[in-house]
Amino acid sequence: MSTASPALDHDHDHEHHGPARGLKRWLLTTNHKDIGTLYLLFSLAMFFVGGAMALVIRAELFQPGMQIVDPHFFNQMTTMHALIMVFGAVMPAFVGLANWLIPMMIGAPDMALPRMNNWSFWILPFAFTLLLSTLFIPGGGPAGGWTLYPPLVLQTGQAFPFVILAIHMMGVSSIMGAINVIATILNMRAPGMTLMKMPLFVWTWLITAFLLIAVMPVLAGAVTMLLTDKYFGTSFFNAAGGGDPVLFQHIFWFFGHPEVYIMILPAFGIISHIIPTFARKPLFGYASMVYATASIAFLSFIVWAHHMFTVGMPLAGILFFMYATMLIAVPTGVKVFNWVATMWRGSMTFETPMLFAIAFVILFTIGGFSGLMLSIAPADFQYHDTYFVVAHFHYVLVPGSVFSLMAAAYYWLPKWTGHMYNETLGKVHFWLSVIGVNILFFPQHFLGLAGMPRRIPDYALQFTQFNMISTVGAFIFGLSQLLFLYIVIQTIRGGAKATDQVWDGAKGLEWTLSSPPPYHTFTTAPEVK
Amino acid sequence: MTSSRILRGGGIALISALSAWSASAHADSIWNMTRGVTDISRNVYDLHMLILWICVFIGIGVFGVMFWSIYHHRKSRGAEPAQFHESTAVEVAWTVVPMVILISMAVPATQVLIRMADASEAELTIKVTGYQWLWQYEYLDEDVSFFSALSTPHDQIYGDAPKGEHYLLEVDNPLVVPVGTKIRFVFTSADVIHSWWVPALGWKQDTIPGFINENWTLIEKPGTYRGQCAELCGRGHAFMPIVVEAVSPAEFQEWLARMKGQDAPEAPTAQTDSPALTLAGDQPL
Repeated sequence: MSTASPALDHDHDHEHHGPARGLKRWLLTTNHKDIGTLYLLFSLAMFFVGGAMALVIRAELFQPGMQIVDPHFFNQMTTMHALIMVFGAVMPAFVGLANWLIPMMIGAPDMALPRMNNWSFWILPFAFTLLLSTLFIPGGGPAGGWTLYPPLVLQTGQAFPFVILAIHMMGVSSIMGAINVIATILNMRAPGMTLMKMPLFVWTWLITAFLLIAVMPVLAGAVTMLLTDKYFGTSFFNAAGGGDPVLFQHIFWFFGHPEVYIMILPAFGIISHIIPTFARKPLFGYASMVYATASIAFLSFIVWAHHMFTVGMPLAGILFFMYATMLIAVPTGVKVFNWVATMWRGSMTFETPMLFAIAFVILFTIGGFSGLMLSIAPADFQYHDTYFVVAHFHYVLVPGSVFSLMAAAYYWLPKWTGHMYNETLGKVHFWLSVIGVNILFFPQHFLGLAGMPRRIPDYALQFTQFNMISTVGAFIFGLSQLLFLYIVIQTIRGGAKATDQVWDGAKGLEWTLSSPPPYHTFTTAPEVK
Repeated sequence: MTSSRILRGGGIALISALSAWSASAHADSIWNMTRGVTDISRNVYDLHMLILWICVFIGIGVFGVMFWSIYHHRKSRGAEPAQFHESTAVEVAWTVVPMVILISMAVPATQVLIRMADASEAELTIKVTGYQWLWQYEYLDEDVSFFSALSTPHDQIYGDAPKGEHYLLEVDNPLVVPVGTKIRFVFTSADVIHSWWVPALGWKQDTIPGFINENWTLIEKPGTYRGQCAELCGRGHAFMPIVVEAVSPAEFQEWLARMKGQDAPEAPTAQTDSPALTLAGDQPL
């Protein structure tokens, strides 16, 4: 607001207390919806940047031989694609959803720490500008993989300190976002909303936020040690100086494994909202869903070395990490069974959000199966570092996390904008995505089993057919996301008026608000029975 | 090779890919893990297939129930929503049953793992050192040592010559080993982390600078087994293959005697004519 006395303005004109106009609104905003929108649009932009890099990778792999890019640039693409998709697309998208939805779901006026909220978003564009700019530095950007294993990553040129700084900035942003989520959920729930009455999206985000606070500082420590190893002569990861390169892998994956749950737990929450709505039936096993989420979060801290079965761990270590990893299948299975039981004897309709949610359950489960296979250490000695692993984590991340984000966008967009999206176009987008993503990633299972290592720009001839198919799928999937962009823009600009309820089966405080909701969400706390 | 000629045409990807399928149906499956040529590799393959079928079986069950529900419990068929939403008995059941299934997987996995960890009583020890981007093999106690680098010509990689049958999976000096002999490998690296992987042997092992790793094999069948580096190691990562030639013990002794007559190996930097190393330089594209 540009007026000198916002308090006065507030008293006089409560209903019209709206945002400032123009650029200042977005730069200075402390409003959870504005910041949520910024996060979501930023992550969509990064999704396209990271996606373009993936298409460079797939284009080079269309046939054997080096055709399009240099192997070093190829390695920069795989590294940057991962960093951008993980830290720039998926994580900020979930933080954007948290910003929009948590206050609306718990009956709060805004997030608990609105100024920090502004800051945690505005760090991100600078962090990613810095990261992307390293591609233009002599010697190129980081090319040692997003896992940043030394000694290879220490061969990065002048880009190295910039990459480390960018990762620090992303970490600071994530930690602040997580603090805000915890402070909001623990302090600002409407009267009567006990913890075990919280919507599951709120529950999963609460647990995710604790994971973030626990592990982002670990990543910060790891990359700082890389920095001092390179420039200040420390030898944390240098055997010649008494260090150990594998120590980095332990520290990285102590961050990295909880990190993968950071990218999937909020997705579980989203799906647990959408399936009951379109099955017109309450979620089956609410309490067991909460306990399963907490169990997965706990287990995520004691399984990290399953990423490192081939580094030469002692037998006892391998056995421990194998058993612990296998255990994750139990709470994950409980979740899947609960979703299916929610659908059972419901009264289902299949609007776009439900289609994405069903595809999520099926395709995420396929990713879970390959994850279970990977947990079996003797078999992992074959699977490790092959395209089988690439297929596995893309199944849980793309038709997993990303599909849940698409489902969330279609599900809540009418509430946010006050307009219905175009259902026909939404369904076209869904079918193109689900077909494209399977053509893209399913053949990669075969490639990995047949012996194709990951992160290679050129391959032996027996891998040709499946690589070609995969590349075709990549372009179908990638290009069909432009349709998503079009649908979102179209919905923001206009369309059929959405009712407050939007979906007749939807339950929760956010549906009691108008569509679009008022600028300040609940100025009077609602009563929860 | 038919498939490579089709590929040079590029264009109609799916169709050409499907038609090329039959052309490459030789040797190992392009669909599945190799059974390999050692007892361990077959154990690993059997474990892989066991878990795969368990997953397929569970998947058919879960997705079957789900699709049955999607078909029958839809509003357009006039389904009325039930209102049940919890059952402790059901939750306990679908926690306990998966636990039992997991234990049935863990038992054979543990057995194979314990066998794989036992590298004792080997008759021959070979030290493998990873370099950017080639391998060094040293036959400890035999005074034989040499480097092994990619032999695929540069022209094939950059599309100026037709690609050979073993494109990117051929080397100048293969690793020669005897069949029917327990061989212990020790691994290390001279620069960054690499990973030594021959699928037919059933495992891969990282080579880590400053540290020694260990693994073993006992190859039953003479033949040529190909693999490559599995850990990202820089620009030439795709270009440091492994070729293992398994021969009879008598042939191996002959080969060893021949190798002992040769001079000590040169340092890897001297091997500048290796395609892997020329690829590492500033090649114009």
